[in-house]
Amino acid sequence: MRMPEPDAAVLARRGDIIEQLRAIVPGEGVIVDEDELRAYECDGLTAYRQLPMVVVLPETTEQISRVLRYCHETGVKIVPRGAGTSLSGGALPVADAITLGLGKFKRILEIDYENRSAVVQPGVTNLAITEAVEHQGFYYAPDPSSQIACTIGGNVAENSGGVHSLKYGLTTNNVLGVEVVLMTGEVLRLGGKHLDSGGYDLLGVITGSEGLLGVITEVTVRILQKPETARAFLIGFPSNESAGDCVAAIIAAGIIPAGVEMMDKPAIHAVEDFVHAGYPRDVEALLIVELDGPEAEVADLIARVQAIAEETGAVTIRISQSEDERLVFWAGRKAAFPAVGRISPDYYCMDGTIPRRALATVLKRMAAMSSHYSLRVANVFHAGDGNLHPLVLYDANEPGELERAEAFGADILKLCVEVGGVLTGEHGVGVEKRDLMGVMFTEDDLKHQQRLKCAFDPDGLLNPGKVYPTLHRCAELGRLHVSGGQTRFPDLPRF
Amino acid sequence: MQTKFSPAQLADPHIETANGILRACVHCGFCTATCPSYVLLGDELDSPRGRIYLIKDMLENERPASAKLVKHVDRCLSCLSCMTTCPSGVHYMHLVDHARTRIAETYVRPWPERLLRALLAVVLPRPSLFRLALVGARLARPFKGLFPGRLKGLVAMAPASVPGPSALDRPQVFPAQGVPQRRVALLTGCAQRVLRPAINEATVRLLTRLGCEVVVAEGVGCCAALVHHMGREAETDAQVKANIAAFERVMEGGALDAIVVNASGCGTMVKDYGHVLRTEVAWAERARRVAALARDVSEVLVELDLGTLVTPDKPGIDGEPPVVAYHSACSLRHGQKITKEPKRLLADAGFEVREPAEAHLCCGSAGTYNLLQPELASALGARKADRLAATGAQVIATGNIGCLAQMTGAVGIPVVHTVELLDWAMGGPRPPELG
Ligand SMILES: Cc1cc2nc3c(=O)[nH]c(=O)nc-3n(C[C@H](O)[C@H](O)[C@H](O)COP(=O)(O)OP(=O)(O)OC[C@H]3O[C@@H](n4cnc5c(N)ncnc54)[C@H](O)[C@@H]3O)c2cc1C
Ligand code: SF4
Ligand code: SF4
Repeated sequence: MRMPEPDAAVLARRGDIIEQLRAIVPGEGVIVDEDELRAYECDGLTAYRQLPMVVVLPETTEQISRVLRYCHETGVKIVPRGAGTSLSGGALPVADAITLGLGKFKRILEIDYENRSAVVQPGVTNLAITEAVEHQGFYYAPDPSSQIACTIGGNVAENSGGVHSLKYGLTTNNVLGVEVVLMTGEVLRLGGKHLDSGGYDLLGVITGSEGLLGVITEVTVRILQKPETARAFLIGFPSNESAGDCVAAIIAAGIIPAGVEMMDKPAIHAVEDFVHAGYPRDVEALLIVELDGPEAEVADLIARVQAIAEETGAVTIRISQSEDERLVFWAGRKAAFPAVGRISPDYYCMDGTIPRRALATVLKRMAAMSSHYSLRVANVFHAGDGNLHPLVLYDANEPGELERAEAFGADILKLCVEVGGVLTGEHGVGVEKRDLMGVMFTEDDLKHQQRLKCAFDPDGLLNPGKVYPTLHRCAELGRLHVSGGQTRFPDLPRF
Repeated sequence: MQTKFSPAQLADPHIETANGILRACVHCGFCTATCPSYVLLGDELDSPRGRIYLIKDMLENERPASAKLVKHVDRCLSCLSCMTTCPSGVHYMHLVDHARTRIAETYVRPWPERLLRALLAVVLPRPSLFRLALVGARLARPFKGLFPGRLKGLVAMAPASVPGPSALDRPQVFPAQGVPQRRVALLTGCAQRVLRPAINEATVRLLTRLGCEVVVAEGVGCCAALVHHMGREAETDAQVKANIAAFERVMEGGALDAIVVNASGCGTMVKDYGHVLRTEVAWAERARRVAALARDVSEVLVELDLGTLVTPDKPGIDGEPPVVAYHSACSLRHGQKITKEPKRLLADAGFEVREPAEAHLCCGSAGTYNLLQPELASALGARKADRLAATGAQVIATGNIGCLAQMTGAVGIPVVHTVELLDWAMGGPRPPELG
């Protein structure tokens, strides 16, 4: 994976840039020492690391706007960062760029139960939103496994999903409005507490934009009333295929569970050691199926799912008997990735989506790849919507293992596309899948996507090096930016 | 996570331990969200993941601690919330303890800071000196404006009245009432017995009533947590060894079922003695043995049948069963993973127990933290006080003297140790704080 060559001219101005930033953000909010910058060198994808030129931690939208305007006027690149949990390297620093952290934007600004919405700053964690409203019986539905730490700003940028997205949608289905600062420093408000707005769906454009179009400084989310009841099944199977069959049968029967998650044996063991959720250790695959809604409906669905599970060959079936038990079932799943840190020093978490029917084939081919690359793989995924999270286990201290893991990962993603799926379900493209975009999109597709980027950020200053394998000059794409007879940044890197 | 230690570096047992800890971290960032200093400051450098990185960098490059690293490690409360959150089993406590030793060895603090730390390390673990200092500080209060910097804070923090020494502090044996069931040693602590002797007194009454013979051992002093958290290795080792030897002398007179600790900060420390002395051949096994006996008082109490002794006319405030907000000390909750026992004991004893929101967040006391980092400590204290007040409780119960001191006065509700309420429910005196 290569990042754009740093611009020596910008690096030479570092002292001046720091001074300008200090004038905008006082106190400890500008971080410049090498040993301090080190802590910001990567996000949740530790395979790629890069020291940022400077880190700035503003406290107000106004400060962000001034920082961006300054960067825009003087040609300095900028990388937004929430909690740094991205698994696709979306928040990976760039050598000649400022990392703009949103850690200080932690306030919940307004909770409006009547309009079922909450207005929060972008650094508020996903879980904190639910915690702020749960005493009134409400919650925020998309629940990424990283919800304890990931920020709502990061969620909007990545269009994150969670175990409950099968029924309640991804971030995009639960965000009503945002305030976003454009590269020019202009502050834009999109959407509001209502469901739809006139004009183009710019809110939809910002959601999932991976920090390439603007910096999100406020988010209005929809909050939902907690379902009357929710119960979760733990269903164990003797093979991945039978578990896959069970998922297909549940969906085919017209049942939409609140969540359907699957884990294979290595993942089950890693998780059970940490959470002691009572997962069966002797099965090959485990499904967690949650059903929610009114009491009577849930009772009926439980019986139907149980019958389907038995028909498809389940060997163990347990249903949560209390709310505590239901939460313990989920706690295991939510801690699954890092828990794998107990069986392997490093992991490479993939995120591809496949049509559900291809599940068994994909798992079988993945097992073959695992022996080919001599690397173990643990599987955790949102089985309900076909979003796979294979975790390739490796040891970064062993020479060559990271490269093997990367190649293995790329093969998995190509396989996903081959069976009719896509490169990412919810973790975003970032730098991780950037070079695979060509497997999925034609050059024309990519150019069209970049035209949108050009409309927001013609100089390519926001989160450069991410998402697009080749950076086209906006001028090339038919939108001319000529100043003084020259295209701007004629030496813009191509990589 | 990848590390870059050479084989020569890894030959050092401390580095080997650190390497094992670092390799378990997968950089997922889960821990940041539950870290009090990150919650307040929003800078990853003040989060566990950031500190782990800073420490890794210092150890790998064999660099002396930089001023910046020291700043961020000093802001860590050692509340161990990150260890509860971490799904990957990263032993942050041992890593940061080692970093603190490195800091003490390689970093020269500005002199007022050095003086303050040396003062605390000498005074706090020695009850008679501490008592004297508190009396002095109380007398000095009207003149606190004359004291420089943080000493001013110290003077301001002295309680309005300093209780005299308790008869219980002397080494002695309290016989069990009725049929003896267990023989336990009580760690009487240092700062706690000066600030609130009533805690040890209630503990002894409770334990003896429940059939325990309670030994207050000769030669047992401070658990060493105070100096340990300041990275003072030599003093730590000396205090730990003295305590181990003293408990061993008690065991020569008869087996011990437990070493009961009623200040959870001390409990976390004693339970870690085995790790502290793991590299000293002559001590490692002895330290492990003593550490294995250490139990928080609530762990011991839940095993004894308390129910039968609760007085029929349960204690009340204005005739009603008192509403207690249980404040879980970090050292109990995160350090020792004890969360349910104290609440269960209180409920069994007839109290209505409530838990505040953000129960996992530190109150800012954290040993000497409130003295060394007064700004962050008071921000956390105020935040905790709000959450506790919101429970609508009439009294706050906690299992650690540090929290008790930090919360007293901050909430406007009396704060007592859990055992004081339990003792009251079982016929002991009503805690005077309840009026
Ligand atoms: C253990 C683990 C489990 C995970 N499980 C899930 C899961 O179940 N589902 C899921 O969808 N994801 C999951 N993730 C991935 C990750 O948590 C999400 O992508 C999350 O939304 C990232 O949020 P963040 O605050 O950490 O953002 P960061 O990692 O800091 O940034 C992510 C991207 O968003 C951009 N960004 C962040 N904040 C802003 C802002 N305010 N304005 C503009 N751009 C911004 C950054 O530039 C970057 O491109 C998991 C991660 C981990 C480590
Ligand atoms: S011990 Fe507490 S303050 Fe220190 S890093 Fe962990 S959570 Fe933060
Ligand atoms: S939660 Fe554990 S594994 Fe994750 S970053 Fe923190 S210490 Fe590392």
